[in-house]
Order: sequence, then structure tokens, then C-alpha cells
Amino acid sequence: MNALRLYFRWVGVSIRAQLQYRANVVLQTLGGLVLTGVEFLALWALFARFGHIAGWRLSEAALLYGMANVSFALSEAFARGFDVFDQLVRGGDFDRLLLRPRAAAFQVIAGQLQLMRAGRLLQGLAVLGWAVGAQETPPGAGQIALLAATVLSGALLFSGLFILQATLCFFSTQSLEVMNVTTYGGVEASQVPLSIYEPWFRRFFTFVVPLAAVNYFPALAILDRPGEGIPEIVPWIAPIAGPMFLLASLLVWRLGVRKYRSTGT
Amino acid sequence: MRPYLAILAARCRVLLQYRAAAAAGIATQLFWGFIRTAIFTAFYAASTAPQPMNLPEVITYVWLGQALFHLLPWRGDPESEDLVRRGGVAYELLRPLGLYSTWFARGLAVRVAPTALRALPIFLVSMPFFGLAPPASFASAALFLVSLILAALLAAAITVIVAAVQLWTISGRGAYALLAASAWIFSGMLLPVPLFPDWFRGVVEVLPFRGVMDTPLRLWSGHLAPADAPAALLHQAAWIGALVLAGRALLARGRRRLVVYGG
Repeated sequence: MNALRLYFRWVGVSIRAQLQYRANVVLQTLGGLVLTGVEFLALWALFARFGHIAGWRLSEAALLYGMANVSFALSEAFARGFDVFDQLVRGGDFDRLLLRPRAAAFQVIAGQLQLMRAGRLLQGLAVLGWAVGAQETPPGAGQIALLAATVLSGALLFSGLFILQATLCFFSTQSLEVMNVTTYGGVEASQVPLSIYEPWFRRFFTFVVPLAAVNYFPALAILDRPGEGIPEIVPWIAPIAGPMFLLASLLVWRLGVRKYRSTGT
Repeated sequence: MRPYLAILAARCRVLLQYRAAAAAGIATQLFWGFIRTAIFTAFYAASTAPQPMNLPEVITYVWLGQALFHLLPWRGDPESEDLVRRGGVAYELLRPLGLYSTWFARGLAVRVAPTALRALPIFLVSMPFFGLAPPASFASAALFLVSLILAALLAAAITVIVAAVQLWTISGRGAYALLAASAWIFSGMLLPVPLFPDWFRGVVEVLPFRGVMDTPLRLWSGHLAPADAPAALLHQAAWIGALVLAGRALLARGRRRLVVYGG
């Protein structure tokens, strides 16, 4: 059976399993929708009170917020297997995956597709759609293409972070909650332009975890904002950082798999 | 009372073992506090109009919220939850203890122990370096402590109700998602309650969740003056009473329809 068909079959199983708890899926999706939706309302309340942040209006900040949330929701839905990977390692179930004739990373991903993530996705798409429509000069075709590429690239970046988090399990058998600062923290930080933060923080989210490359920089080009000292080409090539980060994460992951020692349970 | 205190103490001792998780949690909370305070600082720099809360008060509010984050009843007690799912709840019913009080003791432990582990380091870092102001006065500090105790009891009462809902839904995750959302929104963690638009603030002030966070937080900074404290403490106490009664009723009903699967 080829990989793609196998993937869809596993996803189908995962979805059927989730639908056994139908009321739960509905409540969880609703909860996700409310939680993220209200987050945006809070942002709106702050803009209503203060007017702008560092010269950015709500509709502009909404673009940052929407991009980050859609990217994150996509990677949460597809790469969530890595987020709960510590359970596989601690229970010794990862041994079974290694015995099967497929790549371990593939099996971890295919094991889980979370329906409840639709809540954040829908909300992010709504905000993003509104943000694009609310601009005074509507973005051109090139800018829309950049937007789509950025969102996709962001999803790859977040997936890379989930993979790194899972890789840490090989060394500590405990999923390190610390990685949440880069995933959830990154989404939280992306509600406002990166320029408001202190230099060390900006550098961290530019060079260590290249979140700026899939959020702030492309947004400058999409919104026709002055580059604030950044060469004009940067926003257009920055999204390449997403797939590159994912590739690097996968290399680290393979290193980890090679080092893996079962817990014996 | 004694067996329940013993349950509380035993659960706390277990939960206090998770020190690595606490260290990670502290790092997360510090990072979060850093983001939140940076955002508020930038917003306050954008407008000179008078606000219902000044910037130093907001920063203190944010840091206290981070320090006490685990008090927030964002989910039920995992142990009670597990007992329901695996049928162990049957043993609980055999014990010569009240089901509600047992769960309440556990709910209190699951809120208090992780908070105790995390709060002090966050205080120690954010007070000298990140703008967490000391309590406004001695009276403010004393009222903060009283209100904090009430907040813990209130959080425990909410925790039990969520665990009780499990008797109907088994997996309980859906109920958590909605609870997490309301706790986050209405407690002041999403946005300090005074900064909400006025019409929404009216709703938030009535609901129980602000008693878990907003009330102690504002008593500390003096934004809620000691003279206004009695009403705020009464709000907490009234909700504790109401939610304990509701929780008892819920558990009594749930227990009548409880079916434990064999095996």
C-alpha cells in the first residue's frame, strides 16, 4: 500500500475514533472557537481603548494574528502526534512503531488528526479574511500569493517545533513544556508587531525560532508598510525559513531516533 | 474533617514531586508575563487618555496572574477523572467518606500545590526585575491573603463541578474546553477586568471566575481599595457557598445514574 493511501486510512481510523465521542468533539471545537475568538475580541477591546500599537491599526495587527493562528491550527491538526509523543515513549509504544516498515515520523504524524482544531482554524481564517478585506488598498495578486505561501510556511515551522519538542523526549522521557513558549508563546507574541518587543526577544524570534520570517516580515510587504530598516527583498524570501526549519528539525529527529533507548515497559 | 485534611495533604505531597514540570512551568509563565507586559506597555505608550487602570497597576496585575496561574480552574482534577473513567469511583463510594468532600479535598490540592511550587520563584524574579510592585499597604497585603484563600476554595468548588460533569460525559474533555474558555475570559487572565468595555465588565463582575484571580490581584495593588474589599470578599464567599451546594446536588444525581463497567 502506498504511503498516501496508508495515511488516509489511518486518518480515517483516527476520525472515526474521535466521532465515538461526538458531543465531545462538538464541545471541544466550540471551546476552541470561543477561546481563540475571545482572544481576538480582547485585542479589539485594547485597540478600541488605545487606538493603535506602534503605529499599527487593528486591521493590520489582525493580519499578523490571522496568519499565525491559521498556521498554528494547521500544524496542530496534522503534527499533533508529536505533541503527545512523550506518552508513546513513556509507555514503550514507540518500540512497536520502530518495528513497522514505515518511517517513524510518518507513523507518528498519521496516528492523529484532531478534528477539534477546526475551531482555531475557522476563527483564524475569519480574522485573516477580514484583515485582507479591511485594507485601504486591497493587496495585489503577488501579495496574496505571498500571504498563502507564508501561512503554509508558518505551518511547517510550527510542525518543526512540535518535532523538536518530541525529540527532546528521547533525552528526558518527559515532554518538555518549555517548548510551549515557542509554539503557543509564538502565537501569543504574534498578535502585535514584533517591533514592540525588546531586542533580545526580537532576535530570538528571528534567528533562533524564525517566527518573524513567517509573520512579521512578510506582513510588512503584504501591508505595504515601510521596512523599518529591513531590505525590501527580505519579506519576499523570508518564508523559505519555514520549510528549512522543518528540514533541520527532521534531521535532529533522526539523530534522536538513532539514540533512542526504550524505557523497557 | 480529619480524613479530608489527610487526603488534601497526601495529594499535595504527590503533586509537589513534579518539580521538573514546575521549573518548565515557571519558564513558560515568565515568558508569557514578558509578552503580556510588553504588549500593554506598547499600548499605553500609544495613548495619553486616562485609563481605568494605570500601567504600573496593569503590570503588577499581569505578573501576579502569572505567579498564581495554576489556581485557575481550567480543568477538573485528573485523579477524580480517572476514577470515573476506569470505574475506580466504585471504591470511592464504598469508603466511609462523603464523595463531595473527598473530591473537594482533591480539587483543592490540585489547585494549591502546583501554585505553591511556582508562585515564589516568579515573585522573586518579577519583583526586582520586571515591575511587579509590592502590595499597596499593609491592609492591602492582609486583604490579598484573605481573598487568596477564598480564591483557592472557589477554584476547588469549580474543579469539583467539572469533575462531576464527567459522570455524564465520561471523557469530560469537552466540558473542560468550555470551562477553560470561561475561566480564561472571566477571571482577568485574558484581559485585566477593569480594561474590559463597560457593558462586558458588568457581566464579568457578577460571574464567579473573577473571584479566583481578579479580586485578589486588585486587592494587592490597591486598585480595589481596602474600603471596597468587603463587597468583593462577600462575592467570593457567596459563590463558594452556591457552587458547593450545586456540586453536592450534581454529585448526588450523578451517583444515582452511575453505571460502573465491570473488568
